[in-house]
Order: sequence, then structure tokens, then C-alpha cells
Amino acid sequence: MRVRVQTADFDISAEIAALRAGKPGIGAVASFIGVCRDINDGDSVAAMTLEHYPGMTERSIEAIIDQAIARWQVTDARVVHRVGDLRPLDQIVFVAVAAEHRGAAFAACEFIMDYLKTQAPFWKREQTPTGARWVDARTTDEAAAARWASDAPTGR
Amino acid sequence: MKLLYFARLRERLGLGEESVELPPGVASVAQLRAWLASRGGEWADALQDRSVRIAVNQDMATADTPVTDADEVAFFPPVTGG
Repeated sequence: MRVRVQTADFDISAEIAALRAGKPGIGAVASFIGVCRDINDGDSVAAMTLEHYPGMTERSIEAIIDQAIARWQVTDARVVHRVGDLRPLDQIVFVAVAAEHRGAAFAACEFIMDYLKTQAPFWKREQTPTGARWVDARTTDEAAAARWASDAPTGR
Repeated sequence: MKLLYFARLRERLGLGEESVELPPGVASVAQLRAWLASRGGEWADALQDRSVRIAVNQDMATADTPVTDADEVAFFPPVTGG
């Protein structure tokens, strides 16, 4: 399964091994792990809760992976995203892309993550010393996703 | 029609999910939004917020997207995953 949304933690070695299994044509795997920080916008964060839209979240990430595969020479990819209660140091999200060569793997991995941040329906609520608050979307994330629209496709 | 509300919007409205029957004249996302906002109070404030995103049958929608009683429509704030 390319996309999983789950409360449980994940093992990146096992995920990468599963992505590569039986595909000797793969020459490169690029991966990204997003983890829970203990500070955000100047306030300490003791914990966070992640909410999603079951069904749409998985579909939107599948569509993002399809776009990456259409754009770069990518063999396969997988995304695991946790929901529920998380604490600083916890893993939140994992993206891995396998390709024949590293250029496509690096680019597609960053593309998938940038699009996930701005398009996949997840919402973070964090616990700070002054109470719980919903995290606001960042314009820097919008800008990171938008730059892929103008970049020329690379088939490396 | 099934309506879903997520995150900050769900908290503001005090409601995560409801079933409604569309009145005559409500056939697009813009009309649905205006109809729900006409409930007044928190509904008017929350649904007139321009940052609200709307999905029809789990695909992102625009003001012109058609809606019928068979659809699932979700309202939510900008996403903050990853």
C-alpha cells in the first residue's frame, strides 16, 4: 500500500525495505521524516493532536504520488502519516521515493512533501502553556509548493 | 446531503457532521455556503471566512461546483499536516 494514515508509529527501515523489495532496477531511494518539535511560533509545545478527513486524505496523497510519477522517472513511492496525539520527538510523516537515479528521487520526494503540506487534509492542534490552539497554515508552505509549478520537469 | 466540518471550523460550529435536504435554488457550492451562512450567528461568521476550503465528494471544489442531495460536502480550514 502506497499511502497509510495511522495512529501507530512507523519503522523507516521496514518501510524502505518494503518499497525496494523485488525491484532490482532501483538505484536510489530518497526519504524524508517530519518530526514533532517542542517549539512553534515562539511558544513551547507539550503535545499535538493531528486530525484528518478519512478517505479524502488518502486519496489526495495518492493523487500527489501519481503526479510525481508522471513528472519524474520514479519507480515507486510511499507515504505514512500519523494522526492522533503526538509529543515532541515523535515521528509524524514519512515520504520515500525510489528511482533509477538520485535526481528524480530527490526531486519527487521534496515535491510530494511540499504538496502534502498544502493539499492533504490534515490539521494540527497544539498544546502550549497558554492553552490549546489550532496551527495556522504558513505562507512559506504555499510558496514551497508553488515553485514546482514553474520549475521545468526533470527526467534524470 | 451529508455535510462534514473539520478542525477549527468544527469547534466553532459545535458540529462535526449533519444531514440536510437542499431547498430549491441551492445547486452549487456558493449557494450551499450562502444557505448555511443564513443560519446566522457563528454560521454566518465561520462560513463567510474566505479561507474556508470546500470539498465535494472528497475532491476540492470551487464556488461553481454543482451539488445535489446525493453528495458529501466538507468544510475545513487551510490544511496544516506534514
